[in-house]
Amino acid sequence: MNLTLKVWRQKNSADKGGFETYPVSDISEDMSFLEMFDVLNERLINEGQEPIAFDHDCREGICGMCSMYINGIAHGPLHSITTCQLHMRHFHDRETIVVEPWRARPFPVVKDLVVDRSAFDRIIEAGGYISVNTGNAVDANAIPIEKESSDLAFAAAACIGCGACVAACPNTSAMLFVSAKISQLAKLPQGGPERKTRVVNMIDQMDKEGFGSCTNIGECQAVCPKDIPITHIARANKEYLRATFAASK
Amino acid sequence: MELNTKIPEGQLEHKWTNYKGHCRLVNPSNKRNLEIIVIGTGLAGASASATLAELGYQVKSFFFQDSPRRAHSIAAQGGINAAKNYQNDGDSVFRLFYDTIKGGDYRSREANTYRLAEVSGNIIDQCVAQGVPFAREYGGLLANRSFGGVQVQRTFYAAGQTGQQLLLGAYSALERQVAMGKVKMYARHEMVELVVIEGKARGIIARNLVTGELERHFGHAVVLASGGYGNVFYLSTNAMGSNVTASWKAHKKGAYFANPCFTQIHPTSIPISGDHQSKLTLMSESLRNDGRIWVPKKKDDPRKANEIPEEERDYYLERRYPAFGNLVPRDVASRGAKERCDAGYGVGASKQAVYLDFASAIKRYGKVQANKMQLENPDEQTIIQLGKKVVEEKYGNLFEMYEKITGENPYEVPMRIYPAIHYTMGGLWVDYELMTTVNGLFAIGECNYSDHGANRLGASALMQGLADGYFVIPYTIGNYLADEIATKPIPTDHPAFDEAEKSAAERINRLMNVKGNHSVDHFHKRLGKIMWNKCGMSRNAQGLREAIEEIRALREEFWQDVHISGGTDELNPELEKAGRVADFLELGELLAVDALQREESCGAHYREESVTEDGEAKRDDEHFCYVSAWEYKDGENSELHKEPLEFNVVHLTQRNYKK
Repeated sequence: MNLTLKVWRQKNSADKGGFETYPVSDISEDMSFLEMFDVLNERLINEGQEPIAFDHDCREGICGMCSMYINGIAHGPLHSITTCQLHMRHFHDRETIVVEPWRARPFPVVKDLVVDRSAFDRIIEAGGYISVNTGNAVDANAIPIEKESSDLAFAAAACIGCGACVAACPNTSAMLFVSAKISQLAKLPQGGPERKTRVVNMIDQMDKEGFGSCTNIGECQAVCPKDIPITHIARANKEYLRATFAASK
Repeated sequence: MELNTKIPEGQLEHKWTNYKGHCRLVNPSNKRNLEIIVIGTGLAGASASATLAELGYQVKSFFFQDSPRRAHSIAAQGGINAAKNYQNDGDSVFRLFYDTIKGGDYRSREANTYRLAEVSGNIIDQCVAQGVPFAREYGGLLANRSFGGVQVQRTFYAAGQTGQQLLLGAYSALERQVAMGKVKMYARHEMVELVVIEGKARGIIARNLVTGELERHFGHAVVLASGGYGNVFYLSTNAMGSNVTASWKAHKKGAYFANPCFTQIHPTSIPISGDHQSKLTLMSESLRNDGRIWVPKKKDDPRKANEIPEEERDYYLERRYPAFGNLVPRDVASRGAKERCDAGYGVGASKQAVYLDFASAIKRYGKVQANKMQLENPDEQTIIQLGKKVVEEKYGNLFEMYEKITGENPYEVPMRIYPAIHYTMGGLWVDYELMTTVNGLFAIGECNYSDHGANRLGASALMQGLADGYFVIPYTIGNYLADEIATKPIPTDHPAFDEAEKSAAERINRLMNVKGNHSVDHFHKRLGKIMWNKCGMSRNAQGLREAIEEIRALREEFWQDVHISGGTDELNPELEKAGRVADFLELGELLAVDALQREESCGAHYREESVTEDGEAKRDDEHFCYVSAWEYKDGENSELHKEPLEFNVVHLTQRNYKK
């Protein structure tokens, strides 16, 4: 396959940045999208140009590092996958493909397609945990948990923190990411003691980081590589109301 | 230097209790003044950082990714073992210990492995308390499954994402300590030098990968949790960034490297599709429960799989190992596939693959379903349809993943699979306290060599990472730091820091100034080919000698011809890769040297000269019942130290899978 790539190049966070066009040839349809980038980068290096920086690590759809808009869609045209799992057979010969980094103010561009997603870590720091020091635990089977709740908590916990939900949201809201964690811990008895403080603190932190509010558009669930549904957002809103209006103190 | 294992006195089952009862402690007001550097945030690193901070130490956590949650432990699929005996099927700490020693082909230390089994139950308790959503039964209690080569159900799991869920548990515990100000995070930082002062590890030089700045960091102790070195083979199931650099820098500063030739190959990975391939994706081992492995009986058969009639197929594992068939252990299955492909029977475009066929499983399940539904004389089509549904329930997500990557539908055509480098049992030599041969330098998780011997059992890597981080290092590091309470933080303008930074800077400049003609990947791929062909699944003396020569020549060429674009004072992934590959080019040689001196077959290490009459691996306990611990001596002349392995509780026997 021969393709034309229009890729966002930006030297650093202070640079204005812009698109550069690169023709790429001899692309096999068995390559993954990132392997196509490897081929392009190899060529750029051989030509004495600087290769394109992009985040990637596991290349099997679980680490959450890869993060590109491909033709305007976070993680590209296929559903339920990350960029690294997308293969070139889903494109056609002579296609022009536009590649950009996540566009969101709380995710500033570090270089080219690499962005800074540390805002997500800070939201988890605000309460995305159960306060239990090592050694405090009771026997694992001393806490029976209804299978349905446990399965639901697992489905929420499948989030890989890639940020596609934020990238896709016209409001730049992080509610899908935040609600998945709130939902997971709200569904488990272990999460009970901190249930109210957690939801308030995490949502406060989300606001502080500059993420927008959710207006139930649903773009986030459409691009989520792990198919996390927006019902978690509804649950998080319920948790938030419960914590703020029905305060126990 | 004499290797002192520091194994406590007493009976095996009392050693850890005795140790904990007698090791020295650091009181809370002193802990506040002690700083610990932890490299890596995988299961071992994240759990250690969180736990040490909970105890009151000041922790600095370094990782090359953008978030601690990205570490490659996240990709572990299958599960985590623990001797809980929830299934009442006869499991016990002793049995888990015994299975691990035997699985490792008797090349691990009894005391360490026993301790691992002993704390395994606590790990599950801790993870559940953190909110890790393990699979459960309808009664609300935890579910278990069985896993490769053991007779009890002791594996806890969270669908095919157990590593992810455990890591997110450890990550959240870590973030909690960050919020409390006890852990300071250094994202996108890579350790490039170890600082040793008066024989003790006292800090590191880290490169800030965004600004390129070299930073100096002091620690009263340094803990490496930087993972394995599978990427020395270029293609592996490791993440792209997984590297040996932190361990290798420590090795060059005096930490012995143990058993580097023990590298595990997983039999069922999606095969290589071309030269562009950047990594290999694992397909769960569980598929071998229902899939039948075969190749055509005819060499270089050009026909498609479905066009080859039954009688022209060679189900070679079933043929050679009638008792275990397709369920032989990982190393045996891997070598079988390699042997067939090397002999010219491989399939697919590359001819480096074998078929994993579900057609008979689909028919078998279809018939059972039809019986259940009391269908009379169902036609073939109906049976296949019913069977596909059953297979989908069992393996649906794996089949989907396979189709995403290959574009082929495994319900219709057999999967193509091939072995891939997966895990490295070798690593930094550590004593019972997980301390390396450098005082105050500890190694935990995959980056140490300790518990898996020559072969790791499925679902044991997660167990070891968390055992080391949550339950071992918090005790053993205290025993060391008790002597350090009077040590004031050493200012980072100390000459040792000057020297370490200078050496790191010089190396970076040297790399940048080669200004040759080839990319880093060009050399990495070539190294991978040497390693895979001559130090891979099957090794012999001649091949290993050739490999050593070829690696030396390639290393020379690398330092004369590598080309790195971009600058040093910015985010430069090429420069990061170059540093890592330069280290792999040194480690690769040591791996081959170690494989050459170990003239026996054991576990994953298969020497063609040491086989039984029917071609199976033959261990040589008389001559090789030891851990090889290598001391760095200026490049090409590493010195071997042997830690003899003593087995006081288990008896050494040869493995057999034919009957």
